[in-house]
Amino acid sequence: MSRLAIPKTYKLFIGGKFPRSESGRTTEVSSPTGSFIANVAKASRKDARDAVVAARAAWSGWAGASAYNRGQVLYRVAEMLEGRLDQFVAEIVESTGAKPADARAEVSAAIDCLVWHAGWTDKFAQVHGGANPVAGPFFNLSVPESTGVVALVAPSVAGSSLLGLVSSIAPALTTGNAVVVLASELAPCAAMTFAEVLATSDVPGGVVNILTGSVDEVAPWLASHADVNAIDLTGAGREIAVECERAAAETLMRVVRPGTFGPTESAFNRIAAFVEIKTVWHTKSLA
Amino acid sequence: MIEISDTELALRAARLYYDDGKTQDEIGDILGITRWKAGRLLALARESGIVAISIVDSADDAEIRPISGITATDRSRAHGVTDSASLRAFLCGLAAVDAIGLEERAARLATRSIKNDSKRAALDTIIRLIDLTTLEGADTPGKVRSLVRKAILPDPADPTAPRVAAVCVYPDMVQHAVAALGSHKGDGVTGIGVASVATAFPSGRSTLEIKLADTRYAVAQGATEIDMVIDRGAFLSGDLDTVFNEIVAVHRACGRADGTRAHLKVIFETGELRTYDNIKRASWLAILAGADFIKTSTGKVQPAATLPTTVLMLEVVRDWFNLTGERIGVKPAGGIRQSKDAIRYLVAVAEVAGEEWIDPHLFRFGASSLLNDVLLQRQKMTTGHYSGPDYVTVD
Amino acid sequence: MSFRDYAPAPESTAILNLRPSYALYIGGEWTDGRGGSMTTISPATEKSIAEISLADASDIDRAVAAARKSYDTVWSRMSGAERGKYLFRIARLIQERAREFAVAETLDNGKPIRETRDIDIPLVAAWFFHYAGWADKLDYAGLGPNPSALGVAGQIIPWNFPLLMLAWKVAPALAAGNTVVLKPAETTPLTALMFADICEQAGLPAGVVNIVPGLGGVAGQALVEHAGVNKIAFTGSTGVGRQIARTLAGSETRVTLELGGKGANIVFDDAAIDEAVEGIITGIFFNQGHVCCAGSRLLVQENIQDEVVEKLTRRLSTLRLGDPLDKNTDIGAVNSKEQLARITAITATGEAEGANRWTLDCELPSKGFWFRPTIFTNVTTSNTVARDEIFGPVLSVLSFRTPDEAIVKANNTPYGLSAGIWTQNASRMLRVADSLRAGVVWANTFNQFDPTSPFGGYKESGYGREGGRHGLAAYLANGGAR
Repeated sequence: MSRLAIPKTYKLFIGGKFPRSESGRTTEVSSPTGSFIANVAKASRKDARDAVVAARAAWSGWAGASAYNRGQVLYRVAEMLEGRLDQFVAEIVESTGAKPADARAEVSAAIDCLVWHAGWTDKFAQVHGGANPVAGPFFNLSVPESTGVVALVAPSVAGSSLLGLVSSIAPALTTGNAVVVLASELAPCAAMTFAEVLATSDVPGGVVNILTGSVDEVAPWLASHADVNAIDLTGAGREIAVECERAAAETLMRVVRPGTFGPTESAFNRIAAFVEIKTVWHTKSLA
Repeated sequence: MIEISDTELALRAARLYYDDGKTQDEIGDILGITRWKAGRLLALARESGIVAISIVDSADDAEIRPISGITATDRSRAHGVTDSASLRAFLCGLAAVDAIGLEERAARLATRSIKNDSKRAALDTIIRLIDLTTLEGADTPGKVRSLVRKAILPDPADPTAPRVAAVCVYPDMVQHAVAALGSHKGDGVTGIGVASVATAFPSGRSTLEIKLADTRYAVAQGATEIDMVIDRGAFLSGDLDTVFNEIVAVHRACGRADGTRAHLKVIFETGELRTYDNIKRASWLAILAGADFIKTSTGKVQPAATLPTTVLMLEVVRDWFNLTGERIGVKPAGGIRQSKDAIRYLVAVAEVAGEEWIDPHLFRFGASSLLNDVLLQRQKMTTGHYSGPDYVTVD
Repeated sequence: MSFRDYAPAPESTAILNLRPSYALYIGGEWTDGRGGSMTTISPATEKSIAEISLADASDIDRAVAAARKSYDTVWSRMSGAERGKYLFRIARLIQERAREFAVAETLDNGKPIRETRDIDIPLVAAWFFHYAGWADKLDYAGLGPNPSALGVAGQIIPWNFPLLMLAWKVAPALAAGNTVVLKPAETTPLTALMFADICEQAGLPAGVVNIVPGLGGVAGQALVEHAGVNKIAFTGSTGVGRQIARTLAGSETRVTLELGGKGANIVFDDAAIDEAVEGIITGIFFNQGHVCCAGSRLLVQENIQDEVVEKLTRRLSTLRLGDPLDKNTDIGAVNSKEQLARITAITATGEAEGANRWTLDCELPSKGFWFRPTIFTNVTTSNTVARDEIFGPVLSVLSFRTPDEAIVKANNTPYGLSAGIWTQNASRMLRVADSLRAGVVWANTFNQFDPTSPFGGYKESGYGREGGRHGLAAYLANGGAR
C-alpha cells in the first residue's frame, strides 16, 4: 500500500518563527525535470522590514554573548546539519538535479565551513585586534566588534544551494552580527530547510532571518534601510549591486561588492568585512 | 681675639642651663666666667626674650589629644566633620584625581610664554613671595644673619629689587633671624616674616609633647610663621585622627599670650604621600584642622614640589574658597630653582586659584637658590645682556 | 596690571620662506593648473598669504598619469626597505623644519601655534616614522603573505588638520607601495605645498607624491571619478562622503571615508571632576571645535551637573582667544567665513529651540573670523545643537541619571566616531566602552592621537581606519571590504 506523502510548506524565517509572507505571495518551485516541488513564499519589502526589526532586537544579545558561547552555537548548527545530511542531499538532488555525490560533498563542505567559523569566534579578536604601543601613559586597545545588522544576498551559482548560503551567514555570525539573508532564487528550499536547522540549534531567534523571493525586488529595500549597517552583495547581479551600493551610500552602509569573495569562500577577511574596530584609550598611573 | 657680646653669652648660657641641664657653676667653667656672671647672663636671657618659659597645663593637653576620635574645629564642624567616622567619610568622598589628566593640565600651564613687561613683573613678584630658606645641620647664627641681609636687600647692586616675604629657619635660629631683621620684621607684607620649621622637622617622628614644645619654642623666639610637618606614617597607616589632632594641637601651640598667633603652614611631604589622591585628602584634612597654608614638602625628600602637585593643591584651596569664602595659602617648597619654573607656578596660581592668590599672605615659594636665578634674570632684563653667578651674592 | 594680561608672545614668522605663488606639484615638477587660481588667506587677519594655482579635470588627469607612471616604473618595483627609507627621511625632514611648518599651518589655518607646535606637526613626523617601519614588513600586516599595493591612491583631505591629515593619508599609502595624488582643502593648501618641498629634499622619485590644490567640486570630483585611481581616501563632511560613496558605486575603486561626528563625552558622578573639566575643554575647544571627533555633546550625570557646569564656565574664562601666532592663545580663528556663518546659524537655531546659551565674555579681534566659546545648557535630545555636527567651539550639555540612559543617549545619533567616559570605576568604564557605538573611546582623557592607534568611525562617521596596522590595510589588496 502506498501512502500519500505530506509535502512541506515553505515559509519565511523571521525572528525565530516561520511566518508566511505578509504579501500572501508565493513562487512555484519546480525540479529540473519540471515536476512541482513547492510554493515558496515570496518575501515583500515589509517582510524585509520585519526581518530587520527582528535582527536589530536580537543583535545586542548575540553580540554580547561570549565568544565561547557563539562558537558552541555555531558548532551546534554544524551538528544539526550533519544529522540532516541525507535530507539536504536528497533535497538538493531533487531540486537541482545534482549528482548525489556532489550534493553530499557540498553539504559536507557547508558543515565544515560552520565548524571552521565556530573555531574562529574566540580567536578573531586576538588576531584582528591588538594593544597599541602609543607614545604616552595610556592603555590603548583595539578590538573588533560586530557591525550590527548585516544584510546578505546569498550567491546563486550552481553547486552552492546550501554552501553559498552558509558561506555568507557564518562569517557575519562569527563576530556577533545579526543577519537578514536573501536566499538564492535558485535554491529557496534548501535555504528554508536550513532555517529549520537554525531553529533547532540554539541560535537565538532573530539572529538569522531568511527571506526567499526576488533579490532584485527586496535587496534595494535592505540597502536603503537606515537600520541596516552592512550589506554583502556577493550574490547580487551587476545592475542590482550597483543600485544597492548607491542606495547604501545614503547611510554610509558598509558594502561588500560582488566578486570581493568567492561565492563559497571561507576567509579571514570575510569575517573582517563585518566588524568595526573600536579603540579604547585609558590613562595609566598610580594616581 | 673675637669679642663675644653679652647677648651672645646669655644665649649660650641659657642653652647650657635650660637645654643641657648644667648648673651655674658648670656654665661658669665652660664659658670661662664666674658663676655670678653666669647667673646674671641667665637673668638677661629671660628678660631679653632669649628664653621664654611657658607653663603647660596637662589638663589642656589632654583636651588637645583625646583618647580616641578627633578634636573638631570650627571649620571641620561647619562641614559635618565631628568625629573619626565623619572625617574619614569626608576625605573618602572627595572626587578622585586622575594623575595623567592633572599632569597634562600642569604641562599645559607650563607652556604659557611670559615675556617682556609681564616677565619683569613676574620676577619681582616671585621675589616678594619667596620664603628664603636655610635648613641645614650646619646652620649658624652667622649664616642666618647673612640670609637675612639677603632677604632685606636681595641685590645690593640694584635697590629696586624687592625684599622677600620671609626667612625660613630651624627653631634655634629664629632668635638670630629676629635679631638680624630688627625693624624689617613683619608678616610677609608689612615686613619680612620669620618662618620656623617645627614639630620634629623634617621627619616628624617624635612625640606630640616634643612637637608642641618645638612649636612653642619657635613662637616664643619670635617666629611669625610655623611650618609644621604632618605625621606621614600615621596618614599612610590610615590613622587620620592622629594627623588631624596633631594639626589642631600645633595650631593652638602657635598662639601667643596676647591672643595673636603665628600662621600655620602644614607640610605634607608629598614625596612620601606619593599619590595625588593622598595629597588631595591631606590638603582637605589640613584645612579642616586649621591650616593657614598648605605646603608641599620639607625639601629633604625627593620629589619635592612639582607643578602638578601644586596645581592640585591650588584646586583644593580654590574649591575651599568657593565653599566658604575663605582663602587658604599654598606653598610649594623644594626643587624650584629657576625663574622659568617659578613663573610657571605663578601662572598656575593665577589660572587655577585666581590672581588674588598672588599675595604673600596666600602664596609662597620655599626656596633658597631660586632667588639668585631671579636676580640674574632681572639683571639680564635691566642691562640687556646675560649676567653671571659672580654678579649675585652667595648667601 | 593684572598678572594674566600676559604680554604678547607672538611666534616669529621670520622662519617662513614662502613664495608669492604656488603651482601644482605633478610628477616632480611645479606646473600651473588650468583651473584658475585663488588667494589663500589667514583667517585670523584676512590678509593674503599666497596665490594658489588650482587644478581642473585635465590637471587631475596629468597627476594621475604621473602617479601611475611612477607606480609602474619605480615605486612598485622598489623594495619595501628602500621605500621605508624615504619615509624615514621625510619624518626627519619634518622634524628639522617643524617650527616652520607650525608657523605656516597656524597662519593658513588659524589654529593656535601651541597646537601646531605641540600636536599637529610632531604627530606628522610620528606618522611618517611609524609607517616608514611598515614598508618592509607588509607580510606581517595580517593579510597573508606578499600583500600587494592597490596602485594609485586619490586622497582628499580637510582643512581642520591640514598637514596632519596629509600625513595620515600619505604615510600609509606610500608604505604599502602606492603612489598618491593628494588634493588639499581649498582654504588650507599651504603646508601640503610645502610638503612637496620635503619630498624634493628627501629625493622621493618624481610622481610618487603629487599635490593638486583645487576646488572640491572640480578637482576633488575629477579625482573621485577618475578611472585610473584605485583607491579614494577622503576625510571631510558626511555629505561629501555620501556623494563619494554614491559616485564609486559599481566601480572597482576601493574607498575609505573618515567623516563627521557628534561625540558624547560622558561624565559619571565618581569622575575626577577637575580632570574631567579639562577633558571637556580639550574635547570641544581644541582646534576651535573644528574636530570631527570632538566631544560636542556633554552627557553629565544629573547629580553633578551644576557643579560640572559651574567649574566648566569658570575654567573657560581662563581661555585666551586671539592671535593664533601668540604662544599663549588657546582659541584661534574659525577657519573661514563660510564656517563662521554656519556656526553662527546653527547656534542661533539652538537658542531659538529653547536651549540656554552661555558665551565666553571676551574681546574679538576686529579682523578675521572669530567665534566665542559657547555652551548650551538645558538642551533636549531633539535640539539641533544636540544632533547636528557644528564643527565649532560649541558644547551642548545634556544630563543622564543611570549608566544605561547614558549609553542610550550617547548612541542616539547617526554618527559613531568618538566618545569619552569619565569615571574612576574601571569596571564600569570597560562596560560602557563596550556598549558605545564609536570607533574611538577615550576614558578619562580625550582627543589623544597616535600613529599606532587605529582611528575611524561607525555608522555615518565613515568606514575604514587610519593609524596602526588597520590603517595600513586600507592601502593593501585584501585589506577590507572595499
